[in-house]
Amino acid sequence: MKRIEPPVGEAAEPFWEATRDERLILQWCTACEQPVWYPREVCPTCLGDTLEWRDSSGQGAVYACTVEHKAEPPYVVALVELDEGVRLLSNVVGSPPDQVAIGDRVTVTWEPLSDGRNLPLFELVN
Amino acid sequence: MSLRGKAAIVGVADAVSPTGELDQHGRALEAAVIKEALDDAGLTLADVDGVCHATSSVGLAEYLGIHPTFTDSTNTGGSSYEIHVEHAAAAIAAGLCEVVIGVYASTPRGDRSRGRQRSFQRPPGPNPMVEWELPYGMRMPMGPYALAASRHMHQYGTTSEQLAEIAVSTRAWAALNPRARYQDPITVDDVLASPMQSSPLHLLDCCLVTDGAGAFVMTSAERARSLPKPPVYVLGAATCHDHSMISQMPDLTTTPGAVCGPNAFRQAGVKPGDVDVLMGYDSFTITALLHLEDLGFCAKGEGGAFVEDGCTAPGGSLPMNTNGGGLSYTHPGMYGMFLIVEAARQLRGECGPRQVAEAEIAVAHGSGMVLSVMSTLVLGAEGALS
Repeated sequence: MKRIEPPVGEAAEPFWEATRDERLILQWCTACEQPVWYPREVCPTCLGDTLEWRDSSGQGAVYACTVEHKAEPPYVVALVELDEGVRLLSNVVGSPPDQVAIGDRVTVTWEPLSDGRNLPLFELVN
Repeated sequence: MSLRGKAAIVGVADAVSPTGELDQHGRALEAAVIKEALDDAGLTLADVDGVCHATSSVGLAEYLGIHPTFTDSTNTGGSSYEIHVEHAAAAIAAGLCEVVIGVYASTPRGDRSRGRQRSFQRPPGPNPMVEWELPYGMRMPMGPYALAASRHMHQYGTTSEQLAEIAVSTRAWAALNPRARYQDPITVDDVLASPMQSSPLHLLDCCLVTDGAGAFVMTSAERARSLPKPPVYVLGAATCHDHSMISQMPDLTTTPGAVCGPNAFRQAGVKPGDVDVLMGYDSFTITALLHLEDLGFCAKGEGGAFVEDGCTAPGGSLPMNTNGGGLSYTHPGMYGMFLIVEAARQLRGECGPRQVAEAEIAVAHGSGMVLSVMSTLVLGAEGALS
């Protein structure tokens, strides 16, 4: 797959900076104690603007997945539900695509981008 | 105030071809279907004081040389046209205008074969989708629907065979429509043998890419009764959206149709069991299956079993997508207009071999973007008002 490298949105600068050290961080609203994904200026639950960045476990499970069969080679696009409760779109790599199933436990892994940032991907646990 | 029975669709038209390609394009094509819909309504451009267009109601009005007092450029993708009818009905009921036209034209095939520049552009600069989805190579538009299908299968045991049944039943309707792009019958095995795209969706689980155009004309119920064709009344109309990107959809097995469907039925004073024809946006087989559940034609999770016996096919208990649908009739990109046109034709009894006998209540249920924006119209013939 030829990657479209993600731009850095204003609200997500700390997120992308952390990826340089292979750290997955998530915003939390300090008012209502909810995790916020994707990064924004205000909490989508209470509109509070006191958001703080906390380390994510990087652990989760596959919530939904598809194999892009027209690609050569085919690859997995998945919605990963982190243990913190938010869902990220990503790829599950490191296993044959047909081995990846909903409910599988996954952990974050990193793919370098051209500017020193890293893109969070996931791989099956075990 | 309820919208029930206040406004009516009085003219419809669509332009499609079994070749999938049309000669006209752009404003000329829009003007042609508007003319046809106005003729159908027994009205002229001079009667029009309201305009709906999903990208440029102002530009369209200028092109046509009219000066509307109601304008709507709402764009929610494929459900835009159901929302236009909803808004137009409300505007007519409130006295903001009296005769509203809505139109759609798109010619992806003709544009490609004739080397015409397409106007579509990706939104500029950082936006959530570019930052959080596009880097992962999800194929658009089928990827998000594939994710929803995978989740539905996991959660409810829905099978590829059951999804395929929707494509088969829809093709059986298309076989009765000489204007449909594909009219040859297919089997479940044909669907399963067609190339896998974004699993679990096969090629024949996916809608077409064709040229197409359509238009509607609406006016007040009172004025509608003085026009030549039987009025198609708006009995209920409702909209709901809950995400823009698929990764933000709260539950991949339940669309916002679960909100707007029941709202529209309540307004109309009808139940799913009263519906004679369901025009449910079928961008993919899974899309249509989700509508069946979310609108209450069956319980959540039972859509697969519901379609298994072909009940949405000709002769079945719930005729669905009787023109042949986005899967087999036409799909120029934002298909919602064609749901309205076919629903109106069924309620007027104009559908020839595919006519549903004594159709009095039809639902046009639009789906926009990636299961994001749902809009439900409950439409009825004169008998449905009494």
